[in-house]
Amino acid sequence: MSTLVYINSNNGLAKSALEAVTYGKKLGDDVTVVTCGSADASKLSQLGEYGASKVMVDRSVTANDAQQISNLVKTAADSVGATTIVFSHDLIAKAVAPRLSVRLKAGLVSGAIAVPEGNTVKVNVFSGKAFGNVKISGDKKIISLLPNSIQPEAGGSDCGVEEFNGNAGQPKIKVLETKKPEGEIPLPEAELVVSAGRGLKGPENWGMIEDLAASLGAATACSRPVADIGWRPHHEHVGQTGVAIRPNLYIAAGISGAIQHLAGVNGSKVIVVINTDAEAPFFKAADYGVIGDAFEVIPRLNEAVKKLKASN
Amino acid sequence: MKILVCISKSPDTTSKIAFTDGNAKFDENGVQYIVNPYDEWYALVRGLELKEANGGSVSIITVGRAADDAVIRKALAIGADEAIRIDADPTDAYFVAMQISEYAKSNGFDLVLTGKETINYNGSQVAGMIAEGMDLPFISLASKLDINGTTATLETEIVGGVQVVEAELPIVVSCAKGMAEQRIPNMRGIMAARTKPLNVIPAAEVDTLTSFESYSLPDAKSECKMIDPENMDELVELLHNEAKVI
Ligand SMILES: Cc1cc2nc3c(=O)[nH]c(=O)nc-3n(C[C@H](O)[C@H](O)[C@H](O)COP(=O)(O)OP(=O)(O)OC[C@H]3O[C@@H](n4cnc5c(N)ncnc54)[C@H](O)[C@@H]3O)c2cc1C
Repeated sequence: MSTLVYINSNNGLAKSALEAVTYGKKLGDDVTVVTCGSADASKLSQLGEYGASKVMVDRSVTANDAQQISNLVKTAADSVGATTIVFSHDLIAKAVAPRLSVRLKAGLVSGAIAVPEGNTVKVNVFSGKAFGNVKISGDKKIISLLPNSIQPEAGGSDCGVEEFNGNAGQPKIKVLETKKPEGEIPLPEAELVVSAGRGLKGPENWGMIEDLAASLGAATACSRPVADIGWRPHHEHVGQTGVAIRPNLYIAAGISGAIQHLAGVNGSKVIVVINTDAEAPFFKAADYGVIGDAFEVIPRLNEAVKKLKASN
Repeated sequence: MKILVCISKSPDTTSKIAFTDGNAKFDENGVQYIVNPYDEWYALVRGLELKEANGGSVSIITVGRAADDAVIRKALAIGADEAIRIDADPTDAYFVAMQISEYAKSNGFDLVLTGKETINYNGSQVAGMIAEGMDLPFISLASKLDINGTTATLETEIVGGVQVVEAELPIVVSCAKGMAEQRIPNMRGIMAARTKPLNVIPAAEVDTLTSFESYSLPDAKSECKMIDPENMDELVELLHNEAKVI
């Protein structure tokens, strides 16, 4: 029995990658990590600290081509005799894990939030409104772990890094252009999120939200109507029909807390709601509530955060 | 161009989520089913727009029972030309995807579209599995899709941004926000949907790899602590020392 963990190492070792390796380790069997691209071997060897006994890297694959990555993960899985494959439930996993499930005829559980008990894995269902326990019937499993579900645990020592040929084949999808905002924290991975809704009245008022997010080191998010009218980019839209997130802290200003919005954020550990309307439904889902005008409260909160940061 | 759009039903977004049979089954009591919003708003509407621009046809397909025909008619009312229902319980993503890919392989589609996930199981599994079953390129979470001859140009979400990619048809695409705008069916569409073909076909022999054993609901939130809007130092203090999140 052996576990293979696929990680994306194109932008260094993301926290979600460390979580996936830690998760693999918790399954109890020997852990091999497979990745591709040009990450430094010295960097990759650090995965040993999180439980990997070896890292296999295919230098020839650089694009996020699901068919190529499926091929190389399959090659690695065959070579180490993996019975379980772990992904972080990110955009690559969503493209690759289903392909591998079919190719290996391995039961796939997407968005796991806990370590399995036997063959049963806990996941979020109904857009975060409930949990389900999924049983995998065969002896081969693929599990993709929802980011921020477990904490990375270091402890071991660096491991060996081996270059290998994953027989990835030629890419069938040609990348023409990559548009990536610089320096932003990707929303699904963010531990702190500052979000705002229609209560902010217009896109010109987002400066204070960005300022607060910058002071906290947080990502920014928004409600659906705000993205629909074009005040904010679509990838910031959280909720049942947007991104589902589970940060440690979710601050919501000028968002009413409609059920479809809550569905995407109710996995947050702590929720702060700022709203002028004491009857806003969001307060029922909040841990801390502030009844007040976001235009006054947010700058005040920002000053208080800066004071805390300065004193630490 | 022949387009196949995969449709799933999902409970209305305001449905009360509860379970029966000792938490082993979703309680359908009083639940209204809708076309899964991602399938309807993005995959189906973009499929229709592409047909309107380039000619061809849009078929919708679902794996389900006769009780789901009402949901299928809703999708026909929005403008699809015909519907296929594979007559089986949609037991897991693998089962559903293998049914659809078997059908799609023998019916020569140029484009297979799905929504990015269902709002009840949120698995994001079916589209990728269909692509593997058909041995086709798969573009996941696309927010734009244009077709020029036999070449598709797409924008697809990557972590924190988007990538513009190109692929030769046939392809499988899962559709996310940005693809299209929701269309409300009009009276004519609703009338026409009643007489459009809905072909019920028997299921293929396919295994199931996973099953939901039980469900649970999150613990009720404890009381919300109200903070004086003048006193944000107190909120920061609580977030730092009590909640320990900053
Ligand atoms: C099928 C379906 C799917 C949906 N999916 C999503 C989804 O994924 N995500 C999502 O967000 N929504 C979704 N919605 C929409 C959802 O129902 C709500 O309409 C939406 O969340 C409301 O956005 P909002 O809270 O920003 O705006 P509003 O409901 O207009 O609320 C604005 C809030 O701001 C407060 N406010 C006003 N001025 C101030 C001020 N100066 N300071 C502080 N507070 C102020 C108001 O009291 C109010 O509570 C969906 C709807 C449907 C039908």
